[in-house]
Amino acid sequence: MGIFEAILLTVITAATPLVLAAIGELVTERSGVLNLGVEGMMVMGAACAFIATQQTGSPYIGILAGIASGALFSLLFGFLTLTLVANQVATGLALTILGLGVSGMIGESYVGQSGIKLPQIVFPILSDIPFLGPLLFRQDLIFYLSIALVAGVHWFLFRSRAGLKLRSVGDSHSSAHALGINVIRTRYLAVMFGGACAGLAGAQLSLVYTPQWAENMSAGRGWIALALVVFASWRPWRIVAGGYLFGAVSISQLYAQAFGIGIPSQFLSALPYLATIVVLILISHNRRMTLINTPAALGKAFVPDR
Amino acid sequence: MKKILFALATTAAVIGFSAGASAADKAKICFVYVGSKTDGGWTQAHDLGRQELEKALGDKIETQFLENVPEGPDAERAIERLARSGCGLIFTTSFGFMDATVKIAAKFPDVKFEHATGYKTAPNLATYNSRFYEGRYIQGQIAAKISQKGVAGYIASFPIPEVVMGINSFVTGARSINPDFKIKVVWANTWFDPGKEADAAKALIDQGVDVLTQHTDTTAPMQVAAERGIKAFGQASDMIKAGPETQLTAIVDTWGAYYIKRTQAFIDGKWETTSSWDGLKDGILTMAPYTNMPDDVKALAEATQKKIESGELKPFTGPLKKQDGSEWLAAGVSSDDGTLLGMNFYVEGVDDKLPQ
Repeated sequence: MGIFEAILLTVITAATPLVLAAIGELVTERSGVLNLGVEGMMVMGAACAFIATQQTGSPYIGILAGIASGALFSLLFGFLTLTLVANQVATGLALTILGLGVSGMIGESYVGQSGIKLPQIVFPILSDIPFLGPLLFRQDLIFYLSIALVAGVHWFLFRSRAGLKLRSVGDSHSSAHALGINVIRTRYLAVMFGGACAGLAGAQLSLVYTPQWAENMSAGRGWIALALVVFASWRPWRIVAGGYLFGAVSISQLYAQAFGIGIPSQFLSALPYLATIVVLILISHNRRMTLINTPAALGKAFVPDR
Repeated sequence: MKKILFALATTAAVIGFSAGASAADKAKICFVYVGSKTDGGWTQAHDLGRQELEKALGDKIETQFLENVPEGPDAERAIERLARSGCGLIFTTSFGFMDATVKIAAKFPDVKFEHATGYKTAPNLATYNSRFYEGRYIQGQIAAKISQKGVAGYIASFPIPEVVMGINSFVTGARSINPDFKIKVVWANTWFDPGKEADAAKALIDQGVDVLTQHTDTTAPMQVAAERGIKAFGQASDMIKAGPETQLTAIVDTWGAYYIKRTQAFIDGKWETTSSWDGLKDGILTMAPYTNMPDDVKALAEATQKKIESGELKPFTGPLKKQDGSEWLAAGVSSDDGTLLGMNFYVEGVDDKLPQ
């Protein structure tokens, strides 16, 4: 295995949780809800996935537990912001803090245990393609899911009727309401989809990335996922580009250090963020396109007239 | 955004800690942790020390702790909260808490402070540290014996003297066995991020190191080493559970005795500012069992440990050269503690440029 291939394998593992959490948040935001609790839902997913795996011995049940816990946890956010119309920013931050605390508590007795790594699914023939085979066709289920989800979300948002409705809710909830679309229900579903994806991203952390549970193990990846949504200007495939760009730069800097190229490590550590900012500036020069993609009702509460 | 989160998290932690009705006659001994008390590494070791303290002096004192306190301005607020809440003696257990501790110590002259691994003292602020580098010297020797390729990987956190000292000691130990031994260093620029530490481990292993050591706090590198079938050293706590067939040994921090000694002095009214820097012989660090290595290597490690404990061997003893080839210590001369505590250069054999 060449070094380039090795780097790419590491990049894929590092980028997958970012892509997953970001694609979920993208759908949530497209419906006009800003959920800053991604980090909390992710770390809950990581804890529940690990615990379920240790209890049952099956990482696939762990994945389900991660998805379910993320979705359930986001339901709390949905209830507070959609039903009780609490402030979305404050509630999202609270969700993150709560998630970090609760996951630390339920996971306490699992710290230090060695987990079960999610097995690879090897596609026959395809996986024998030189270079691309091991990278793309000898991966775990969560990686395949991440790509499928992005494709699915793209199709859903821009090719399906339900997706059109969801986008209309995110752009103008009053108009959508007037057209007879159930705004609150749509947003509930979008929030839960976001939670499920964040939970799946968490499961990737504790079952694939580092098969173990450590308190606060998401270590800020939820925030990076949130930033990725803006970076992608709310377009699904750009999430993949952004996530892999960020992953590539942050992993290459570690390999560069091990190679001993002699650039100060603090600068190298800042590189992923610098690269992201540069790309963001480049793609946002077209203000009209940015405005078209931004959900106009993002973060605004909806209270139907009686 | 992360900053905001941390600020909020700290506030939550401060509000959240047990506000149980404290008996007025019991002295309150408080701890500030940079990580979670179950991190399996650095902070867990401090918390075990705190538990030992409670066991030993539980009838005279009560303890309190704050977990996950970020280094920087938030630490100041957390420490001040503890000082205000009636803590008599506060241990701040991370290098990055230094300036915050100094500042709050000046503000509360009646409260005693102890800062781990720092170098700034005041009439009510002591420092304490452990000669971890003694353990790293032994690890270096083991690495030189075990490694087929003569290259070890070193996952470092931040370029502070403590970490640089560890790297240098490891290399010095390794070169006492194999004069051509080299190490590759990757700075993770974090103490605690399982994912990033695992990535760093992969980066090192992919580039040919066959022994891994770390100066970060989670067991993730140990796990990667186990997966890739190479050997590794644990850090701060015994990490054998993460790599039953991987861990060679680990530096285990055992702070309990120190916490008991200092708290006793505090209760007796005999607490004074000190700069304590104990080592293997004082039991403030111990080596986890030497495992997964041939018997002769184990014997060598045990012999070296004995020599360090008896004072016969000092890891930083010349002839030693700096990375640029200039002489650092002449033959037979040992480094003074001041140089070690401010260490900002590499010795020969480190394949990395020290971030300044």
